[in-house]
Order: sequence, then C-alpha cells, then structure tokens
Amino acid sequence: MDWYPLWNSLRIAAISCVLVFFLGIAAAYYAARLPRSVKGILDVVLTLPMVLPPTVCGYFLLMVFGVKRPLGQFLQQFGIRFVMNWYGGVLAAAVVAFPLMYRTARGAFESFDEDLSHAGKTLGLSNTFIFWRIRMPACRQGILAGTVLAFARALGEYGATSMLIGYTPGRTATISTTVYQLWRINEEGAAFTWVMVNLAISTVVLLAVNLLERKGK
Amino acid sequence: MGLEVKIRKKFGNFVLDVAFESKEGVLGLLGASGCGKSMTLKCIAGVVRPEEGRIVLNGRVLFDSKARIDLPPQKRRVGYLFQDYALFPDMTVERNILCGAGTKEKTEQYLKRYALEEVRKQYPAQLSGGQKQRVALARMLAAEPEAVLLDEPFSALDNFLKARMERELMSMLDGYANPVLFVSHDRNEVYRLTDTIAVMQQGQIADISEKHELFRAPKTLAATLLTGCKNVTGLKPLADGTYLARDWGIRLQGPKEGEHAGGAAKQQYVFAGFRAHYAVPVTGREAEACRKEKAARGAKPAENLLECEILREIEDTFSVVVQFYPKDLSVRTEYSLLTYETGKEEWERIRAESNGELFLRIPPEAVIWMTH
Repeated sequence: MDWYPLWNSLRIAAISCVLVFFLGIAAAYYAARLPRSVKGILDVVLTLPMVLPPTVCGYFLLMVFGVKRPLGQFLQQFGIRFVMNWYGGVLAAAVVAFPLMYRTARGAFESFDEDLSHAGKTLGLSNTFIFWRIRMPACRQGILAGTVLAFARALGEYGATSMLIGYTPGRTATISTTVYQLWRINEEGAAFTWVMVNLAISTVVLLAVNLLERKGK
Repeated sequence: MGLEVKIRKKFGNFVLDVAFESKEGVLGLLGASGCGKSMTLKCIAGVVRPEEGRIVLNGRVLFDSKARIDLPPQKRRVGYLFQDYALFPDMTVERNILCGAGTKEKTEQYLKRYALEEVRKQYPAQLSGGQKQRVALARMLAAEPEAVLLDEPFSALDNFLKARMERELMSMLDGYANPVLFVSHDRNEVYRLTDTIAVMQQGQIADISEKHELFRAPKTLAATLLTGCKNVTGLKPLADGTYLARDWGIRLQGPKEGEHAGGAAKQQYVFAGFRAHYAVPVTGREAEACRKEKAARGAKPAENLLECEILREIEDTFSVVVQFYPKDLSVRTEYSLLTYETGKEEWERIRAESNGELFLRIPPEAVIWMTH
C-alpha cells in the first residue's frame, strides 16, 4: 500500500495549521483594536471562507493563483506554482481553516481582562512580554480550541484542495481526495482502509486535546 | 514635587474634565460609580489617552497635549492597584513579583518584606483575598513607582476583611513619600484613609478640600450628598435675613458672616442641609412651648424647627433611623423625605416623652450651606 496520501495530508494539515495559528491570532489581535465600522467589514471578509462552499474558495484561489493569472504567472518566475503542487494544498487548507482560528482566538481575546495588560504596562513590562506571557496563557483554552479546529478542518479539506491541486497519486493525493478517487473507481476496500486511517488520526487528535485541557486545569 | 493633573477626555456625551494637584500624602477621589474616577487614574497611568491636558509627576512631564508628549505607561513609573488586583493568573506569586522587581534579589527582598515566602510557589487562584492584595501591593511597590494609584481596592470585600485590609494597606504605605491617589465610592473608607478629598461628579471635581473641612462644611450639593448628608433642601432668601427651606416648608437662620463655605463674604446660598444625627429632639415642656408658639405663629413658617410626620422607623445595628415628612407641607418633593438618626435607647426615651408628636430642632451651627 502506498502511504503517500497519509504523509501528504499530515504535512499539509500541519503546515497550514502553523500558518493559520499565527495569522489567525495576529488578525484577531489587531481586529480587536480597530474602529467598529472597519472591524465589521473586516470580520465579514475574514469569516467568508468558513461559510462559502469550499469549491467556491477553490474557484477564487484558481482565479488568483491560476497559471494564466497575473499573480500566478508572477510567482511562476520564482518557481512557485500552487496549482497541481502539494504546497497548493497548504494554501487551500489554510484559507478554509483560517476563519476557525480567527474567530475562536478573537472570542478568547475579547473575554481577556484588559486590566491584566494594563497592570503589566504600569509595571514596565514590554508589550511583547505581555502578549506572549500574559495574554496568550490566559487565552490558551480558546487558542487551543481554535488550533485544533483549524487542524481538523485542514486535515479534512476536500473541495478547495481538489480544485487547486487535483488528484495525482504520489504527488498531490491527500487522504480525502484518495478516498473519493478509490470510491469512484470501485476500490471500496482500499477506500475503507483510508477511512479508518482518517478516523484514527481524528480520534487521536481529539484525545490529545482532552488530555491537554485537563492538564491545563 | 508632587502630581499635577489637568485632563480632558470625551466619551460620547460624557466629558471627563478634571484638574487637581497632589503633594505628599493621600488624596481621595470620592464619587458615585461612573463619575470618571477610574478613568482619571487610567489617564494618569497612561493606559488611556486623554484628548488634551497635562500630567506632571515630580517635575517629569508624563503627558502634554500641546508639547505632544505622551510617555508610554512603561516609562511613567506610576503604580496602579486594581480593584481585583489584576494578578497574572498563570504566574506564581514569585513570578508576579518578579514582573515588578526585575531582579531575583529584589524579588526575594519583597517576598520577605511582605511575608509572602510561604506562598511564593502558589498561583493567584490559590490565595486568599488578603494575600492577593499583599502580592499586588508588593508587585506594584517592587517596581518603585513615583506615585501610587489605588482603584477601589476594597469594594469586593465584606466588612470584616475590609477593615483588616485597610489597616494593612495603610501600614504598607507608611513611609511611602510619593503622592498616593485613592479612589472610592465609600465615604467612610475615603475619610479613614485619606488626608485631602476631591469629590467627583459627572466627570468633574465638584469640591476639593482637607477631609475634616469637607465633611464639616461641604460647599456643593454633590459633595454634601456624597459625604453622606441625607437631608438637603433648596433655598429662597427672605427679607428678614432668614432663608426659606423650600423642600421642608420651614425657615432657616442665615449663617453668620464668614462662618461657612470657606469663610467667603456674603454669598447667595442655593442649598442647605443637615446631617441625620445632628438634629435635636424637642420633648416635654419645650414641646409644649413649640405647640403654643405654632398656634400663635399662624401661617409664618417655623424657624429651624421641624414638626415630624413619621413615615417609618428603621432599626439599624446600633441606631434607629427615622424617616419623616415635615408636617403641613403643601407640596412634597424628592427632598422632603427627611431622616433623623439616634441611638436605640435614646429613641425609646424620646418616643415615650413625645406622645407620638415629634419636634426636631436644627441647631444653626449644624446647618450646611452650599453655593451650588
């Protein structure tokens, strides 16, 4: 059996999760201090990928990064081509998973007691220290939940991924696209194996989160 | 030296506009919640930016809108004690204090000084209220602030703990030579802990004076009410030199020249009041005289004398609070319901002697005169 889809899925999910972790937190942190009107608009734009069908996200990604589009052509000069390459999967998964991180992180930041930050400032602590040592630990429950949701969403991404990078065994195949392909060509047994693999990964992730949460308390 | 504050900030309809100075010692900011007390402190600490003004601490300019100076809170050296202490929940006591102290040696010194060595490895959630306050104070003072701001540090405590922690706080601040600002809505607390009191109302300072002076002769209605005076009335000057107490339906003898309101020359007083326990009950033969005099007086209002129509008697822990309306009052206003307070036994005696009819004399020297 070819284990490439497992490896590919995990690296796509892991890398996009790391990207989304920092981008989502940064967006949540800065969105919280914008004026209300700007915040409303930004909020809609940043949350859209969550409510749009993933295929629509895939369509937009092709519109921007397609090989004949300006940005796609520009990037190609540097040898970067998201279309039909495994790292395109990272882009697709990140776009779709981003809102989950952004929204949960924002919720956590909004319930953060700003007096803690004020206290830190009057004690002379730097803003960086306050952010990483006071704000983040205090919000860890929400941040952790967002990260897990983003990882799970990235791991299960199908629609945008299949549109942007398609299905090429050994090159772009992920677990979810493999399951669909195997089912399509009547390889029900092989599809079942991959379904079980997916189930196992998801269960392990959720168990790990539960353990972490208990340890946090 | 000291702290000079002059700031202005708008929030929708609310305008914070305060100016005051504080030398050594404790300055209290007394006001109802939402009057801008905490906001004033936050502007001084630099976590909120006023629109205009100037803040100078010990000769250092912290904020000056004209000169475009706005030091970040980190550089202001202003200590801030928050209402719920704002201890960092994910750090031990030791680490919390290290945040203020900066060095290990200094942390040890402060842990020792504030008797926190036993709880050094504990997290804030594991501490009692008293310990939390001590950690917050140690953390704040370890940063060696040039001014200390205390933002309602006792408001969440029950009375017993409050009294203990007040004493503790004050003994910790003993020997602290820099300005201390103490914010509270509790007049007793402010009276016990401060030297000078600024009364705040709707974003402005209504009155600022030495505390004994403020409680003896507050100059404004806001200050009078906030210092706990329950009986106030609007005034109308009369031709004979007395004043008509509009809300009580009686006349009040005018103040002696220079006796009240900071010894100002002849002023137009707009409000007057008296404290609930300063009224003197009139009983026995004297009451008989009052009744006769009333009959002889006709329509002319009595002078410094209230005939009471008792609404209810409320038994407090050590006293009785009597709420009453002045008798024969044609129009009752929100200030017509008056309060008299006296010891329980004293009240029993008065009631036995008065046969249900109570007269209260307001000694002229007990009257508070207000110019606005």
